[in-house]
Amino acid sequence: MPIITQAKSAAVVIDDEKCIAEKGCRVCVDVCPLDILAIDETRQKAYMKYDECWYCMPCEVDCPTNAVKVNIPYLLR
Amino acid sequence: MSVTSPKVEIIETDLLVIGGGTGGPMAAIKAKEADPKLRVLLMEKANVKRSGAISMGMDGLNNAVVPGYATPEQYVKEITVANDGIVNQKAVMAYAQGSFPMIQYLDKLGVKFEKDGSGEYNMRKVHHMGTYVLPMPEGHNVKKVLYRQLRRLQVAVTNRYMATRLLKGPDGRIAGAIGVNTRTSEFLVIKAKAVVLACGAAGRLGLPASGYLFGTYENAANCGDGYAMAYHAGAQLANLECYQINPLIKDYNGPSCAYVTGPFGGFTANNKGERFIECDYWSGQMMLEFWRELQGGNGPVFLKMDHLREETISEIETILHSNERPSRGRFHERRGTNYRQRAVEMHISEIGFCSGHSASGVWVDEYARTTIPGLYAVGDMAAVPHNYMLGAFVNGGIAGADAAAYCASTTLANYDESDFLTEQERVLAPTRREDGITPNEMEFKTRRFVNDYLEPPKVTAKMELGQRRFAEIREDLGHLVARDPHELLRALETQTILDCADMAAHASLYRTESRWGFYHLRVDHPETDPNWACHTVLFKDECGRMASAKREVDPFIVPVADEEMSAYHQLRIKTPVAAE
Repeated sequence: MPIITQAKSAAVVIDDEKCIAEKGCRVCVDVCPLDILAIDETRQKAYMKYDECWYCMPCEVDCPTNAVKVNIPYLLR
Repeated sequence: MSVTSPKVEIIETDLLVIGGGTGGPMAAIKAKEADPKLRVLLMEKANVKRSGAISMGMDGLNNAVVPGYATPEQYVKEITVANDGIVNQKAVMAYAQGSFPMIQYLDKLGVKFEKDGSGEYNMRKVHHMGTYVLPMPEGHNVKKVLYRQLRRLQVAVTNRYMATRLLKGPDGRIAGAIGVNTRTSEFLVIKAKAVVLACGAAGRLGLPASGYLFGTYENAANCGDGYAMAYHAGAQLANLECYQINPLIKDYNGPSCAYVTGPFGGFTANNKGERFIECDYWSGQMMLEFWRELQGGNGPVFLKMDHLREETISEIETILHSNERPSRGRFHERRGTNYRQRAVEMHISEIGFCSGHSASGVWVDEYARTTIPGLYAVGDMAAVPHNYMLGAFVNGGIAGADAAAYCASTTLANYDESDFLTEQERVLAPTRREDGITPNEMEFKTRRFVNDYLEPPKVTAKMELGQRRFAEIREDLGHLVARDPHELLRALETQTILDCADMAAHASLYRTESRWGFYHLRVDHPETDPNWACHTVLFKDECGRMASAKREVDPFIVPVADEEMSAYHQLRIKTPVAAE
């Protein structure tokens, strides 16, 4: 079967103004137990790449610039 | 994604610890302390800094055996009763004796426990009989403390590698493990004299009622890798039919948490605001009463706190919203649940395997040894019932020290190269396809069938049908697609979940009685049968088929009188008889 892509809402929101990924920061990406965050290569900002969040919050708590906000995923909000 | 010539690195160590959450780091720490020259490698699927069940810390010890409050003998008796007599008391005793020394050790490392004015531990009663709960209102730093100690002792750490299979030598002892990098799909073969499995619960087995695959009680990374690896290596797994099922915040699916609020005066109530269970300690019998209350029309069930004073509620809030699952507060806020005005709606979780809360795990003795020489299991995945976080630390420490001694007396075993090549092909198969079924789809379907066919009350005909559905999904494995390393990680996890689903069905069908309250409530065999007063072990037989057998319970080292054995069977509040 061919594979299709479907839109999902991202529970983890990153404030681009505050995110310092362009300076090499990878804290949120490193600490995520589910490995769902990534760095957008063109914008050099962190983002939620996979809708597989356990809403555990290390990404938010460990971010040095308070750029990350973890919302409860919509299905269980 | 097509990997034609995968990169393979082969390394050598003395002790390999798989899983960097709770028990794994302590195994590595205690092995290094026992023998500083020992080469210890800690392999973690995520990042040791924030991995496992206590990613964000813990709000209390649920099973602290503290002098002056309880003796190890009393604790062994409590757990024997809470688990209907099906326990390996020697392993529970090893935990109980190590409990207080471990609290002191963690205290020395910088983990904060609640103390009274004179510096004594502030113990609380939650269990039915004894006092074992020690709050940790500032318990959010546990992982940091562990990480610091791993660095201090120079334990080698390798993050973002998922172990997929164990390797054995020709004589049957452990030879190491195979890992796959979750970001590059590169292989790492670790040759080791001993291996400690510390991969957590099988917490991604049933599907949460929300339908969100990762909205689990356990850290969703804990999907049962250790159970599947132990099974495929030929180890015995014990009492898997004694599922983990928890009373949780509905939809959020995290603890509400009665252990924290209970000592402050909070309690589990029905829709009339009344208590219906005498004790909030999580046992199969408590879950049975919880389920009956929902079935009987008295639901929803709530955690009630609105009768408490403002100071008490603020204190509860501070603990619950900063530890273990801090996003609880955020969830309540969206739903307008303020503990002061509204009780927290609760629900029954999906099923899983976890000895940390119930009794389903890899069989271990009092040294945390499995049935395979050189292979240990600790934490949620090791069959020491009701072991919780402190049990993971204690048994992790026991495994580390024992493995260090074992390593000193043995050499590296050689594995068969063809075993590695077979595994490499299994791992990479989903990367060789362009079209097919995605890992999330296959996982969703497997877990939905787990709910449909395996949840208690367990019905024989349903479970047998479930086995057929799982077999059909297994046939679909030939269509599983992974387009990048992350999808390959999920594809491998899906296969782990399918293995656990088969094990849950097989183990539940084997035990033809009901036991452990709701955990193993069989409609076709509703009574507890003295002929089943034994462990069951599940294993792969010589022909590679799933098999089960009875295993006698060893004679008790702490005797329990018959009348005491039923203490956990009378948890429902007795309705007073109206006066004539």
